[in-house]
Amino acid sequence: MRSVALLYLTALLVIPLVMIFVRTFEDGIGNAIDAVTSPEGIHAFWMTVLCVGVAVPLNTVFGVLCALVLVRQRFPGRALINSIIDLPFAISPVVIGLSLFLVYGANGFIGEPLLDAGVRIIFSTPGLILATVFVSLPFVVREVMPVLQEIGTEQEQAAETLGASGWQTFWRITLPSIRWGVTYGVVLATARALGEFGAVAVVSGKIVGETETLPLFVENQYNNFNVAGAYGAAIVLAILALSVLLVMNLFRRRRSSDEAVPTMVVPGAELATESSTAPEGRA
Amino acid sequence: MAIAVENVTKRFGDFVALNDVSIDVPDGGLTALLGPSGSGKSTLLRVIAGLEQPDDGRVLISGEDTTAVRVQDRNVGFVFQHYAAFKHMSVRDNVAFGLRIRKRPKAEVTDRVRELLELVHLEGYMDRYPSQLSGGQRQRMALARALAVEPRVLLLDEPFGALDAKVRQELRVWLRRLHDEVHVTTIFVTHDQEEAMDVAEQIVVMNEGQIEQTGPPRELYEDPRTEFVMSFVGAVNRLGALFVRPHDIEILHVPADGTEEAMIERIVHFGFEVRVELMLADGSGLWAQITRSQADELELEGNQIVYVRPHRSRVFDGVADHPTTEELVAA
Repeated sequence: MRSVALLYLTALLVIPLVMIFVRTFEDGIGNAIDAVTSPEGIHAFWMTVLCVGVAVPLNTVFGVLCALVLVRQRFPGRALINSIIDLPFAISPVVIGLSLFLVYGANGFIGEPLLDAGVRIIFSTPGLILATVFVSLPFVVREVMPVLQEIGTEQEQAAETLGASGWQTFWRITLPSIRWGVTYGVVLATARALGEFGAVAVVSGKIVGETETLPLFVENQYNNFNVAGAYGAAIVLAILALSVLLVMNLFRRRRSSDEAVPTMVVPGAELATESSTAPEGRA
Repeated sequence: MAIAVENVTKRFGDFVALNDVSIDVPDGGLTALLGPSGSGKSTLLRVIAGLEQPDDGRVLISGEDTTAVRVQDRNVGFVFQHYAAFKHMSVRDNVAFGLRIRKRPKAEVTDRVRELLELVHLEGYMDRYPSQLSGGQRQRMALARALAVEPRVLLLDEPFGALDAKVRQELRVWLRRLHDEVHVTTIFVTHDQEEAMDVAEQIVVMNEGQIEQTGPPRELYEDPRTEFVMSFVGAVNRLGALFVRPHDIEILHVPADGTEEAMIERIVHFGFEVRVELMLADGSGLWAQITRSQADELELEGNQIVYVRPHRSRVFDGVADHPTTEELVAA
């Protein structure tokens, strides 16, 4: 049993990843380094950092607020909004890119007036950021929601009886209680944002040196038969992703065993029904 | 009056949790809200705290109408059944929370936290986390936390419900002693009538969103105004329309005036007290409570035929507020 699982993992994950490193350095690292440090390569690196640097914090703030609203409040359309959040999971990234193109492009109903005002979305940086935001949107929400559900409202009520205002309660009690949900959500959102290809490809026009992210750069290099360059850029991406994981792992060591810890993202997670979260005053 | 609740009604959708409820809680007193699940007692407590808003009626604390006052500003201490400990904070930080919110100077906070933790005998646990404490310790911490900001009123929602029997007993005694020392007006919710009788000076018996009776424990036990109160506070046997306390049932070996024939089904020895489970001729069951010495004297055995009669009994004539009592004095 165990050897089958190990064989599966080795064949699908380990070998390809190791091969990337092997191939990159096979013919000497010169080509790889040249490609990665070229102006286009550096631009792609910073473009990726920018997209992730905007998309992830934005989706984190939005994610926490959205989770709070969806879990703690009842309002018409709640189930609908809950489902909409899963759209980025359900739709192919290329389709996402296409829909962004249609709305924000030169003929789109938002894009056209914006272009007249001098703001270009598609084929420009804002478009890439937008696409990255879209595809990494659900992660923080989905990680935080079950954690919020589990911890319940008693701690917050206790804080209120002790005199804490809404904001103080949120900052001192709610947020620390959900920090693992937020952390895992951020890790997943970052990974997704770093690796995004399809949506960004459609929306960017792949203009080398202008609207290329690292994944696009990897593809470009590969298509131009500069395999070493492609692999080199791929390694840079891998390093970025691993550093995020490392930072998150550092936080993990301070975890106390009693805190609510999320396990995995559950797309389409069901909302709690009225009966399962009845007001606690019924005694 | 420290706390007055006037004609409060609270609904959750179609469910009426509180139906025109009014109570008075004396200053410095220790009052229990006693009732079964769904009686509205926790809801009432939460309305007083400000955690729930009543649909009708008023809440007055120290004479001021606080119905519209936010829970943060009411200065009430609240203790939850499942402790509501701040899991990510140490015991020290938990207790200090209210003081820090009020921006008290550091020295004052440190002193007060130590004072309180000594009061609840947790001074050695200051740097532990709630997950490292037992249930009883967590509840004591929660109490210290609630008392830290010197609340006008202390509200406890089934505070010992989640603890095992032995710990519950200990904390009951402990709560009484604490109240003697600290003298803050206290209201606690419980479904355990023994707990209410043991701890409270005044008991408010609730059922289905309404108050059945209010009074000191003894009065509720000896002079219940409704069937419900008599059945809920203390044990009771029904003999037709008669309500009889188990310790008011006399057991004789020979028939006498007013006795009925019964067969002993089971005798249970609870240390000092002995419970005799009996079956009457018509098949209905009842049980008598006698002392060990009485049981020894009578030399009771299972499957014996004996003759029983009530010393005292009570009849409720269907109009809840006007019970009549029949006292049958033993010949």
